[in-house]
Amino acid sequence: MADSGSEEIAVIGNTDLTPSESENNLKNTMVEKGTSLLKMMEISVAEAEKRTGKNAVNMQETYTVYLIETRPVDAASEGTNPVPDSLWRRYSEFELLRNYLLVTYPFSVVPPLPEKRAEFVWHKLSADNMDPDFVERRRVGLENFLLRVASHPDLSSDKIFYSFLTEENGWKETVFETGFQAKADSRLKALNATFRVKNPDKRFAEMKHYGDELQSVISQLLRVRARAADRLYGVYKVHGNYGRVFSEWSAIEKEMGDGLQSAGHHMDAYAASVDDILEEEEHYADQLKEYLFYADALRAVCRKHELTQYELEMAAQDLTSKKQQREELATGTIRTFSLKGMTSKLFGQETPEQREAKVKMLETQIEEGEELVKERNTECEEFVKSAWVDIERFKEQKDHDLREALISYAIMQISMCKKGIQVWNNAKECFSKM
Amino acid sequence: MSGFVVDSTVSSGNSSVAIPTDISGQILDLDEDDDLEVFSKDTTVTDGSSFNASMQTSPASMINQYKFEEDAEDTKDIFVTVDNPESHVTAIETYITYRVVTKTTRSEFDSSEFEVRRRYQDFLWLKGRLEEAHPTLIVHPLPEKFVVKGMVERFNEDFIETRRRALHRFLNKIAEHPIFSSSEDFKIFLTAAPGELTSYKKQGPGFLSRMGETVKAVAAAVRGVRNRPQEFTEMQEYVEAFSQKISSLDKVTQRIVREQKEYLEELKECGPTYALWSQSEEELAEPLKDVAGCVDRCCKETEEQVKNLNDNLIPVLHEYALCTDTLKAVLRRRDNIQADFEAKTEALATKKADRDTMRDDLDKAEDRLEWANNALKSDWTRWQKDMRTDLRSAFVDTAERNVNYYEKCLAVWESFLHSQRTDAEGNGNVDFS
Repeated sequence: MADSGSEEIAVIGNTDLTPSESENNLKNTMVEKGTSLLKMMEISVAEAEKRTGKNAVNMQETYTVYLIETRPVDAASEGTNPVPDSLWRRYSEFELLRNYLLVTYPFSVVPPLPEKRAEFVWHKLSADNMDPDFVERRRVGLENFLLRVASHPDLSSDKIFYSFLTEENGWKETVFETGFQAKADSRLKALNATFRVKNPDKRFAEMKHYGDELQSVISQLLRVRARAADRLYGVYKVHGNYGRVFSEWSAIEKEMGDGLQSAGHHMDAYAASVDDILEEEEHYADQLKEYLFYADALRAVCRKHELTQYELEMAAQDLTSKKQQREELATGTIRTFSLKGMTSKLFGQETPEQREAKVKMLETQIEEGEELVKERNTECEEFVKSAWVDIERFKEQKDHDLREALISYAIMQISMCKKGIQVWNNAKECFSKM
Repeated sequence: MSGFVVDSTVSSGNSSVAIPTDISGQILDLDEDDDLEVFSKDTTVTDGSSFNASMQTSPASMINQYKFEEDAEDTKDIFVTVDNPESHVTAIETYITYRVVTKTTRSEFDSSEFEVRRRYQDFLWLKGRLEEAHPTLIVHPLPEKFVVKGMVERFNEDFIETRRRALHRFLNKIAEHPIFSSSEDFKIFLTAAPGELTSYKKQGPGFLSRMGETVKAVAAAVRGVRNRPQEFTEMQEYVEAFSQKISSLDKVTQRIVREQKEYLEELKECGPTYALWSQSEEELAEPLKDVAGCVDRCCKETEEQVKNLNDNLIPVLHEYALCTDTLKAVLRRRDNIQADFEAKTEALATKKADRDTMRDDLDKAEDRLEWANNALKSDWTRWQKDMRTDLRSAFVDTAERNVNYYEKCLAVWESFLHSQRTDAEGNGNVDFS
């Protein structure tokens, strides 16, 4: 750990924590704090493969499938290493799973999937979905998704999730059978609620706002980072030209030749080193992207709250107006403008029987309305309770993960600087032999 | 320590000369070499064909010659600085002058300190004079006349500063050169009051005689040289190749500077973005602000690094690229001297009249040629040594600065890491070890 007795900034013992180690720390944290599912089984997305097949419109298509491996935890710890259970899934099946979870657990901040298409790429990185680097990063992202779900207190015990991991065949049908698609809120409905809700919980309004800000700032950061990576690539690669020219120059010199030649090699090494550096940084970008997409999930929960609140308000409003109508009928006064009132004025009063029937209908409606309001109130309250619990959990997770990400970024920068120091010291030695 | 001497005894009419081959690299030994000569100071030539081979071998000047060689590396006895650019506005033009300060213990200077103001034209004049006097010696290049971009750029601060540094290097190279530093023109340049300099400039060969020399030079060039010694051909080939390499390096370095600047532009936006983010966060606000600070500090270091490249490496590479033009000119002039000699040899063989005068001319031409060849050979070795030293130290310097840059950035990030870890331990959070 930190150096003792030194007056300068203490030398940190282990700055050589690699990004993959820090990612491991993340996973271990998930497992430690994890749920019963993770304590039972190990989950990993081990491989990716290309497949070709006929799609829905009977056309040939190429797609990638991912191998999900599960292994009971106690078996591994016993020292025996049984073959894990495994099955292949493609990205669209992950999407289906997630959509199911979104609908079924609207009060949960559902972990996001890695991006469908490569975005925020700097030019040397391929934006092609079939590119092996992209596929690899997606594999890691999908594994991360599964681990997140498996460590979520509510989502991890879901049966559909469990069968996603264990039942290769017929899983899709099972999902559709749940009828979750019918339960999904239409976008229009949700948008309507957002605009019209009168009294949303302040905390949720703030969270939604936070989600907006988070999304905006992370997008900006990813854009800027990608551009900077592009430029940095240029700087390093141009140094490769030094290598070439030094080598050519050394051919015409006598005493200077050796120094130049070897310095040239170091320049080539310097130019080549940028590829690894930027690959590591891509990893950092992926960590940021996860939370970019998490912001969306967060906002979805807030929107659901707005919807439930709005529906409660609507029901309450409806109830109030029905009660008012009853009162009017009972006292004969028309306080509010109504078509019925107008027509009765124009065409004469209704008969007592008619009035009787109307009142009865209203009473029923009011009863039902009161039930509905009670229901919706409970719904709303429960939603607020569960959602807020998960939001707090999410906040803690986010703070922890992003802090880790920043630390791993610093570690990357340190590693890059150390490499630079080494190369230029070597070059300096060669130059001094010129 | 190698001295620069051309060992030759020449006087008109004496056809036998003892001219050893290039002895640069041999240590000057006062006892052995009796017939050391000091180069004449008032020769004025354009192509060497009117080179006045009469030597002035005053004891004083000979002693000075020895002194230069001994003191070359141990004690400099002349220090020249160029600084303090100032702008002068007259009715006709605006121009910049630079202050030239000389401090010296040399006896041929009337005083030990001089301060004069000189403009670029004056430097050009000095260079021209030195080249005329010593056609096959290598004069360090001057910064270019104007920037390609346009006349307005002449008064740009960076341009003036770059030029000032180059002029400073130019004068120092002259001062370090064993032959040039004892040039009368050099002395006048360093010491004369403005009026004096102007009138001194007006002396020298008249316009017509200069024309005559130029014509002879062109004629010689057209004739071409027939039996160029192998070593000069090799020199020419080297110069060609070197010229390509050095100008490549110049371009590569300029490209690096451009890319770094663009990288810097993007990086400058990163810090503020992290800072912006920190405003939306609570727990994360501190680390985000810290990261923003680190990125900003690295930006400053990157800016510094770019400036270093611009101020240190690029000017040196650029100067040596200009040197190659000088080298090519020197080789051309040497060729012309040889062509002249060859022409005169032929003339003697074919013509019948004026054989005595022609023989005289031929002898003079032969002397001139020997002189020129040896001068070039010695100065070539000297130049190569200088080039090696200059470029080596420029690259070593660059490498050192780059190491420095990375070390500073490293410290920035390590202190961030340190603060994060002590924070974590303080809060009893996850253990990072």
